[in-house]
Amino acid sequence: MKKILEVKHLKVSPINEPHKILVNDVSFDLYPGRTACIVGESGSGKSLTALSIMKLLSSQLKQAGDIFFEGQNISKLTNTEMRHYRGKSIAMIFQEPMTSLNPVISIGEQIREALNVHLDLDKKSLNKKVASLLKEVGIPEDRISSYPDELSGGQRQRIMIAMSIACEPFILIADEPTTALDVTVQSQILKLLSSLKEKRQMAMLFITHDFGVVEEIADDVIVMFQGQIVEKGSVKEVLKKPKHAYTKALLQCVPDAKGIKKLKPIQHRAFI
Amino acid sequence: MAKIIKNEILLEAKGLYKTYMQTSGFFVRKKRTIKALNNVTLSIKKGETLAIVGESGSGKSTLARCLLQLLSLDEGELFFKGQNLKTLKVEDKKHLKRHIQMVFQDPYASLNPRMKIVEILEEGLLIHDVGDKNLRDKKIRDMIKKVGLEVSDLMKYPHQFSGGQRQRIGIARALILEPELVICDEPVSALDVSIQAQILLLLKELQNELGLSYLFISHDLRVVRHMADHIVVMHQGQIVEQGSTKSIYAKPKARYTRELLNAIPGNHFNFKVS
Repeated sequence: MKKILEVKHLKVSPINEPHKILVNDVSFDLYPGRTACIVGESGSGKSLTALSIMKLLSSQLKQAGDIFFEGQNISKLTNTEMRHYRGKSIAMIFQEPMTSLNPVISIGEQIREALNVHLDLDKKSLNKKVASLLKEVGIPEDRISSYPDELSGGQRQRIMIAMSIACEPFILIADEPTTALDVTVQSQILKLLSSLKEKRQMAMLFITHDFGVVEEIADDVIVMFQGQIVEKGSVKEVLKKPKHAYTKALLQCVPDAKGIKKLKPIQHRAFI
Repeated sequence: MAKIIKNEILLEAKGLYKTYMQTSGFFVRKKRTIKALNNVTLSIKKGETLAIVGESGSGKSTLARCLLQLLSLDEGELFFKGQNLKTLKVEDKKHLKRHIQMVFQDPYASLNPRMKIVEILEEGLLIHDVGDKNLRDKKIRDMIKKVGLEVSDLMKYPHQFSGGQRQRIGIARALILEPELVICDEPVSALDVSIQAQILLLLKELQNELGLSYLFISHDLRVVRHMADHIVVMHQGQIVEQGSTKSIYAKPKARYTRELLNAIPGNHFNFKVS
């Protein structure tokens, strides 16, 4: 299969403390129509990895290594050049749907904005496109002039998804998009993302700390610990036959619905 | 160690009602009443964990607030150790309140950033006039160790701790008054899985050691499975099903309960590591 994104030896460290390495030698590939999950605890560098792909790291951090999008190295691009890719070729969904939407602009307008940046459409086709996007993510069309505060958390996340897929990106990066949601809403959003990925043959990079979610959505799994990849493989391999001790420990502390297992917290010192 | 007499009812709630008024519209005022609690009846036994499960908007947090008497009830009666809280004198009520404590959801928002940990832990003791300075100090030092932190941490401020450590402080603050009932409102939903496991185990350990009863509020049915003896499922202010944890997971009766169980991510997968 053809790779759509290739991350090679990605490294992130603070500019002031170059010896403190937050993301260390991370390499992985994304393929069209497949979902890769990055799993790890907070501080494992999973969000930094996602932000580095978008080149959205804070100015205090420096990234090194190469990122190839369709064979082209995008890691060396300037901010202005990168803007051509952000939202168009590579789109991102964030964790908090309330803080990522503008509270004083109607949702229709916000989706229009996402389209206007990259596509040159006249008003009529623009409105048509917004309506079809809303339909695609399961929001009734008459909510088009609603404001974010009039929507529930799940609906807001659907709007975020509509905005992210507006320009038909090849890659969708989702950073814990369901962590703030209820279980039932979470399962709806996961289903929506899976079906959109399937339909549009996008490559998805899904960041989570929940192995239950991984089991639902992933094709490939990347386990990160303290900035490094400790294990990667297909979802079956990693969940059924974890090789690394840290993956095993992480699986041990997932409470499961059957309730047979004893929870075991991770002894972090054992892996350093 | 506290002596646990099983089957003794600690808290009983009978026919609780609570409605909120919601106004909307700028020019034309519209009023809508929301029934946050609609005829809720439940009881918690000593040394047991009762879990309240439901989505946001199901009224579970309102229930917690009402049980703590942070919100007034429209209707209904509350009995704590057989005493009716409505007819109780103010002073007796204050004394009783000491025995019901709460652990909050957000460990970042629930600790005062300007207070040292020692001050946070001492505040409750001062309010309830517990002991002299020496006794209070001893209690604080014992408690901080019990929740897995160091005595040297007492002089630090909340921002110097991680989310899991802050939740430990929140638990210490609730337990230092030696309550009999602890209301945990989504205590682990803001935490990572590995930290979540630590906190759940800590809560269980403390329950066994101190003979505590928990009212455990959560939307995560996986967590509830590990913590609860009994479960109450709430939907739009009403109890749709209640029963023992085993029976609810094995044979859910209400359709809503089945929906919740089906929505658990990875529910068909057994996370067992050989």
